[in-house]
Formats: sequence, structure tokens, C-alpha cells
Amino acid sequence: MAAPNNRRPGFSRKAQFTIFATYVLTISGAIVGGLLLLISILDPKGFSALRIVGAEATAPISRFFNSIRRTVSDGSENMSFYWDAAAKNKAMSRKIKALEKENFALQITKLENDTLKPLIEIMQNDELDIITTGRLISTSASSGRKFALISVESTHNIEAGQPVISDDGLIGRITEIGLTTARILLLTDTGNVVPVIRLSDGLAAFSTGKADGSLLIKPLNLGVNPFNKGDILVTSGNGGLYPPNIPVAKIIRKLDDSGLARPMADPATTDYSTILRIYDPTANAEIEALKQAAELSENSAVIP
Amino acid sequence: MSSEERFIRRKRRKSFPLFGGRSYQTRLNRHHSQWRILAGPIVSVLLGSLITTLPFFSDLPILPPFGFMIFIAWRLLRPGMWPMWVGLPFGLFDDIFSGALMGSAALTWSITMLVAEFIDSRIIWRDHMFDWLIASMFITIYLIASLHIISMVQTPPNIWIIIPQLLFSIALYPLVVRFCAAIDKWRLDR
Repeated sequence: MAAPNNRRPGFSRKAQFTIFATYVLTISGAIVGGLLLLISILDPKGFSALRIVGAEATAPISRFFNSIRRTVSDGSENMSFYWDAAAKNKAMSRKIKALEKENFALQITKLENDTLKPLIEIMQNDELDIITTGRLISTSASSGRKFALISVESTHNIEAGQPVISDDGLIGRITEIGLTTARILLLTDTGNVVPVIRLSDGLAAFSTGKADGSLLIKPLNLGVNPFNKGDILVTSGNGGLYPPNIPVAKIIRKLDDSGLARPMADPATTDYSTILRIYDPTANAEIEALKQAAELSENSAVIP
Repeated sequence: MSSEERFIRRKRRKSFPLFGGRSYQTRLNRHHSQWRILAGPIVSVLLGSLITTLPFFSDLPILPPFGFMIFIAWRLLRPGMWPMWVGLPFGLFDDIFSGALMGSAALTWSITMLVAEFIDSRIIWRDHMFDWLIASMFITIYLIASLHIISMVQTPPNIWIIIPQLLFSIALYPLVVRFCAAIDKWRLDR
């Protein structure tokens, strides 16, 4: 459709000014947007209050549709169990038999471990410090950044930096907190760096998101690429945010100087997610103190 | 109130300088519902921005930017319907829900309105295919710009991650136009 002719003012001085005013307004609108952008680049947390209000307001919609989605996917999953049931049953029975043997061997090892550990005085802290559980209700699926929203009963004890895990492994960490929702920076976001170790031999590495669902695993000592397909990575506990031994990812391909990995936990199939306490609160406090000191000393400093 | 009086009143209201009002007077005895005329397009764009609150879980940013698509669909379908500055309020609303940096959509949507104005002055009679081409150009530049804005604060994601989203968006655009046209029909019903 052609534009209406009210953009062609002719000799009317008033119409000319009107058009001029709309141009001025639009350009200043763009400038306002640019300034807001500049503010949020310098201080990424600056507008978190606004985003949280938006998230809280729309959380009931997300919860409602999420419950529908869950019901539907449960139904289709149940139906898929009937497909080729006999063959599946056979394969499963075989697997169980094999696992039973393995389980027996494991039990013996565990018993042995329990007796040996006190001898070498290793502090073993297997208990995870759980704060609360919640459901993931939405993600930033149209943006290059990877956020998810978790719905919890109360965000009383929740604070930024706390790790979020599912049954399968690490999901991410909390960044912003509302009344009944909290925003999670997912493992796959390019801004999320997690210190990990290889499960088999404790090789230290860093995991960084690639924003496309995979992770880049870079070993601490560069030069050689020690990763192989199928290697499993768990959190190392370094840095103090994530407790050690939470499954993070599995290597799917070997790259030149790093490994490409797939996260163990998939937010789409996660039923409940658990928010944990920060592993070593003093570490986080130190980081915050450093940040504040840096901000004080240099006002224009950008701290990523 | 006589009909002349009403006519003068409406004319005064329409002459508020920031809205490009109609320069002619309807001669029919039936009138459009004002709230329908205003609310239809506005609500559709806001709902488009709210799509991300639905539980879509995907590894890639695969969900098309529906808010932006509905926004440009209206802009191309009905040039002159909105004042040029609407990019700012719509963009700010989108920023709250998209997960991108605050201000990024406010900036890009404002610039989109300016560019659309320029296109209107150059290419006056366009058909649907041409609008689709223009919209594809807008969406491509918008997605790339959004990715660049993200990479200002953190490690830039690979540029290829937006390709599926881009193809989806371009392919879905005619559907979005149909959706807007249906609202338009309802909006101008009397």
C-alpha cells in the first residue's frame, strides 16, 4: 500500500513543522535507545528490576503453558513406550543382568573405599547444600543470549551466583531474582565460564558456552589436546561457585586445541531444577569486594 | 451537539501535531470504533514481543523475533498509520522480555522506522513480494545487529547460529502479514 500523502506538506507551514517534529522525535528516540544501551553495557545489571517486573507479571502465563506442554509431552512419551515393546523389553532385561554384576563389583569397591578413606583423611562432602527446587518455565529462545526463568515458591534465600542443577547435571547459575521467579544464566551462554575437570583423570579445563547448545572445553595447559570423544566433565569446585563433582558435559568432538561438548542437562526435558548454595561463599564475597574496589578506584571501568 | 460542531471538534482533535491525522472527513453515517483502530496493531506487536514467555526451550536462538516481524509487517502494510517515533516505546517493551540488553531494540526499532520512511519516499507503489523482500532485509540486518550488540558485552557467539532463525523468520513473514491483515480487517470493520 502506498504511503498517505500527509508526508508531503506542500506550502503549509504547520504541516512542514509537524513532519519536522516527528523526525526530531524519532531520531531522539534512537538516541535514547542508544544511551540506554550504553548504560546497560557499562552496567549489565542496571535494568534488572525492570526485567524482573516483566518476568513476574508474565510468569503465570508461562506456568500455565508449561504445565500444558508437560502434559502433552508426557502423553507422547508414554505412547512411545509401547512402540516396539518386546524388543525393548528384551534389551532392557539383558542390560539389567549385566548391570547387576557391575553393581556387585561397585558395592565391594564402595565398601573398600569407606574403610580406606579415613586412613588417608580425605574430607568427603557428598551432601549437596540444597536451597529450594523449582521448575524452568521459559527461556530467551529468540535471543543470542541464553537465559531461563525458574519458578520457585519463594526467593527468600536465593542470591545471585547460586548454581542450578537438574538430575542430569549443571544447568547454570542465578543472575537476577524476583518474588517468585529467578533468572538463570544457562551453561550454554557465551558469558558463562565454568571450571571443570575430566572425570577419568582430573584434567583441569574451562567450559564456555557457544550459544548454539554446545560448549567449548579448553584445557588449562594449552598445546596438546587431550580430549577424546565420550570424555565426561564434572565441576571442579575451583572458583568457589559450583560444588565439585556435578556432571557438566560430554565431549562429542575433538577440535584443534579444545573439545566440543554437549551439556548433560537439557533444560527442555528437565522436570525439577534444584538451586544450591554457593559452594564457598567467601570466594564470592572476595570477588564482590574486588569488584567494588575496582569500581571505586576507576568509575568508568567496565567489569565483565 | 450539531453535526457541524462534532465535525469541528474531531478536526481539532486530529490536528494534534504529533499524529498524522486524516486530512479528509468521512461522509458515511457509520464510524469506526476508535479503540479497535488503535488497539489492534498495538496489542498484536506487544503480544509478539511476549512470545518468549511461552515455554520454548531450544539450544539455538531459533524462535523468530515475532515482535519485530509484526512491527514491520504493520509498518509496510499501513504506512503512516503510526507516528514515526513508535519504535522507541515498542522497542523498550521488547527489551524487557527478549533477554537482550536494555535499549538494543529501542535503538534498532527506531532506526527501522527511519529507514522505512526513506523507503516509502523512494519506492511508493510496492506489491507483496517487494514488501517481503524489504522485510527480509530488515530482519537480516536486525538479527545481525542484535548479535553484534550482544558481543559488545561478552564473547561473540558464532555468526552462523542465527542462520536457522533467519531462514525461519523470512519464511514465516507472509504468515505474519496475513495475521496483521486479518487484524486490519477486524480493526476497520464498521
